[in-house]
Amino acid sequence: MSAFAPARRLTRIFDTDLWWSFTRSPTVVASAVIAVALIGSAAFAPWVAPHNPFDLATLNLLDAFTPPIWLEGGDARFLLGTDDQGRDVLSTILYGARISLFVGFCSVLFAMTLGVSIGLVAGYAGGTVDAVLMRIADIKLTFPAILIALLVDGIVRAVLPRELHDRIAIWVLIFAIGISNWVPFARTVRGSTMVEKNKEYVMAARVIGLSPARIMWSHVLPNVLGPVLVIATLQLGFAILAEATLSFLGVGVPPTQPSLGTLIRVGNDFLFSGEWWITVFPGTALATMVLSVNLLGDWLRDALNPKLR
Amino acid sequence: MPPDGARSLVTEALVEVEDLAREFDISRPWLFRVLNGEPRRIVHAVAGVSFTIPRGTTLSLVGESGCGKTTVARLVVGLYRPTRGRIRFDGVDLTALAANDAARAIRRRIAMIFQDPYASLNPRWRVRDIVAEPLRAFRVLEDERAVAERVAALLGHVGLSPKDGEKFPHEFSGGQRQRISIARALSATPDFLVCDEPTSALDVSVQAQILNLMKDLQEELSLTYLFISHNLAVVRHMSDRIGVMYLGRMVEVAPTDALFEAPRHPYTRMLLDAIPDLEMTGRRRSPVGGEVPSPIAPPPGCAFHPRCPFANARCRSEVPRLRAEGDALVACHAVEEGRDAA
Amino acid sequence: MPLLDVRNLRVEFPTRRGTLVAVDDVSFGIEPGEVLGVVGESGAGKSITGAAIIRLIEPPGRIAGGEVWLDGRRIDTLPPERMRNVRGREIGAIFQDPLTTLNPLYTIGRQLAETMRVHLGLGAKEARARAIRWLEEVGIPAAAERIDAYPHQFSGGMRQRVVIALALCAEPKLVIADEPTTALDVSIQAQVVALLKRLCRDHGTAVMLITHDMGVIAETADRVAVMYAGRIAEIGPVREVVKRPRHPYTEGLMGSIPPLSRRVRRLAQIEGAMPRLTDIPRGCAFNPRCLRAFDRCRRDRPELMATDGPNRAACWLHDPSSRDLARGYAA
Repeated sequence: MSAFAPARRLTRIFDTDLWWSFTRSPTVVASAVIAVALIGSAAFAPWVAPHNPFDLATLNLLDAFTPPIWLEGGDARFLLGTDDQGRDVLSTILYGARISLFVGFCSVLFAMTLGVSIGLVAGYAGGTVDAVLMRIADIKLTFPAILIALLVDGIVRAVLPRELHDRIAIWVLIFAIGISNWVPFARTVRGSTMVEKNKEYVMAARVIGLSPARIMWSHVLPNVLGPVLVIATLQLGFAILAEATLSFLGVGVPPTQPSLGTLIRVGNDFLFSGEWWITVFPGTALATMVLSVNLLGDWLRDALNPKLR
Repeated sequence: MPPDGARSLVTEALVEVEDLAREFDISRPWLFRVLNGEPRRIVHAVAGVSFTIPRGTTLSLVGESGCGKTTVARLVVGLYRPTRGRIRFDGVDLTALAANDAARAIRRRIAMIFQDPYASLNPRWRVRDIVAEPLRAFRVLEDERAVAERVAALLGHVGLSPKDGEKFPHEFSGGQRQRISIARALSATPDFLVCDEPTSALDVSVQAQILNLMKDLQEELSLTYLFISHNLAVVRHMSDRIGVMYLGRMVEVAPTDALFEAPRHPYTRMLLDAIPDLEMTGRRRSPVGGEVPSPIAPPPGCAFHPRCPFANARCRSEVPRLRAEGDALVACHAVEEGRDAA
Repeated sequence: MPLLDVRNLRVEFPTRRGTLVAVDDVSFGIEPGEVLGVVGESGAGKSITGAAIIRLIEPPGRIAGGEVWLDGRRIDTLPPERMRNVRGREIGAIFQDPLTTLNPLYTIGRQLAETMRVHLGLGAKEARARAIRWLEEVGIPAAAERIDAYPHQFSGGMRQRVVIALALCAEPKLVIADEPTTALDVSIQAQVVALLKRLCRDHGTAVMLITHDMGVIAETADRVAVMYAGRIAEIGPVREVVKRPRHPYTEGLMGSIPPLSRRVRRLAQIEGAMPRLTDIPRGCAFNPRCLRAFDRCRRDRPELMATDGPNRAACWLHDPSSRDLARGYAA
């Protein structure tokens, strides 16, 4: 037996404050602090990082394989040690995270734009248009995301000359990751659009003769964005991981602009010769970043959905 | 009624609806139907409805869920395209309108008020933008200063403060939201308002405020209303004429007082009998049994015959047409043949 | 001794912006076999009062004070498992949406039979036979065949009939019906109200009928309590409350209902809206909307007090010290 509706309504009205639910969970606050710190220091890497690892003039091969500061042979200049070319690991992590985040953000933005547009059109038009678009989404889901990214990358490599490819590699990567992640956006937006389009405010807009495009853009879109933000946050972690995976496999960004994935791959070669810090620290940074972003996404999803509480 | 009086009534009609029908295809997907050998399923939501609304008056449509009254409202404002029939507004056939400026000029004169004050206002828009939307869509006012002034005036007109324009819908109670809805409907100065259950989501004391406001506005702006409701008391209060609908058809159209004092169609009588008696006259009611059949498979002949105490073989096979009975129009074989004495 | 005796009931909803009092110091009784109507607009606290009696308040809402006595036994302090037995066996419940009461996965026969087996200790065969009798009694055609149907195979009106059977089959002494007809069509509403009224009279069951529909109350109830902003504004025999309301709110409420028998040009209207629970005015909660409010109404909160009739009203106009004002009121 369920209880009375007004009681439920009351509790919902007074429990939707996002900030309030935010401050109530120490895990969420901690992940937010870590995420902000990581993203901030990565974004401002040129100002934060102790060295510029890409400035060949400051590199000295004699510094190569310096262990972290607390180990024997550590050097005060290199907190987390150096790699095989004498680059400061901490600085490469910050610069690498910058590239990882850039690829992550851009590919999520791309996936979001594509997915939201497809979802809006499918949900609002309904009928055949909807059926065709959603079958395309179904087919897309039968391919693993990494496979699609590898495929896109392979095609671009085959078609373009090498030096041109290196220049646009980062954009190819963004496209490849984005194109493999639009389906969750499209599905969610389609569902919400189908609910919203039958609400009376949309009818009111139709009565005054607005075009479907205008109704979708100015009436429906603002009302379906809530869940989209949640998915975007969760997908950000996924996209960063996908970028790392591709770079680890060697099909990602060129080694001249190493991302976290590239760093892990390069460092991997030295794992068994004792210089573990070259790969473990970038790996830890990657894991921490993805975990904190995902925790934030999970919390956002729960906080915006009163039914789960 | 004298013949010339009848003619002047016709010429003064602002809205004329003729044999309006709308079907909805609710069949399952094609593949599913083919595999299961299922036929198409068609709902006759509105099956041939005719009425006229004289300028400056209110026609109400009443009936229970599934009778098609909301579909009629949506057909009239152009949310649905009719399967059959004509809607004439001030002499212009709305069903034959092309999408051009002339059509926009006609559409500007027709506005709608919705039932659910919580769903009819876009929660992400400020009230001033909600109210100004028709002004901008119909390009009534080009100058943004003039728009702002008009919005403030409209808000004042419906009993809100011009300052309320800065707020969002969730900051208002249900009744206030319905006032915003009315302000939006009135903003492009329409002369015809279609009101789909405008007070059924409101509490009675708030309902009284909204009904009073709507009556005042009608008088002041000489508006014409098509009023949809399931609440007979509200309908009696608001209307000049009432059409009673049952399963997509009009069963009786009559002037308000005549309908309440001398209901003719057995369904109208049943509806009136079903309303709880607040006057506490001690009148004994005899609730009619049965429920409204599904509009997917309406009964043959007169759709009301399974619940009707006067039904005979003719009622079961032949669809009754609306016929004049005094100042009312009634679609009933029993009334026509005079075998409707209870 | 009344069957149900509610004393100074108080229900609170703690929120981070402070505690909301949804039901504030509400007291009333229901005699055996009596129908008490509880009427009010949304947010008046009528549904929460009903939920509190059977302890179905959703957390974080809680009963913060008062006592509930059923048949001489205090039930608001019973442990939850004993309360579950009271619910169903001694107090039946009918809600607005039958689908919240009926389990969609079980046949209606099984749900009826199980209720009777648990609460009345009947055997399987006897319970099934009685279930069929109940379905017949609530007017389900071909009850013997339809007993094995699932809730979705019934129409809305038929489902509400099943819910009524379910609420009454354990032969409770009291039924709490919360907006039982609101979701139904007018003609079905009349059938369901008539059914509920007849069954409760036949079985001697008392009813607490919660609704916003004054018409249903006028037809069904013996006495009526009018609620406003979490408190009872007026309580008394239904005829008196409808015909000669003593509280200005009741009076306004009655005037705002469009009459069926005649045409009025304008409806009486109460300005404004019921206050939100977050800002209930000082003194009488109705004073900002009341045309007869005077100083005391803005200062002190009135309790239910005797009037010149059988009704009691929470209004200072009926206080002996403000008799002069009241005289003008009665005229």
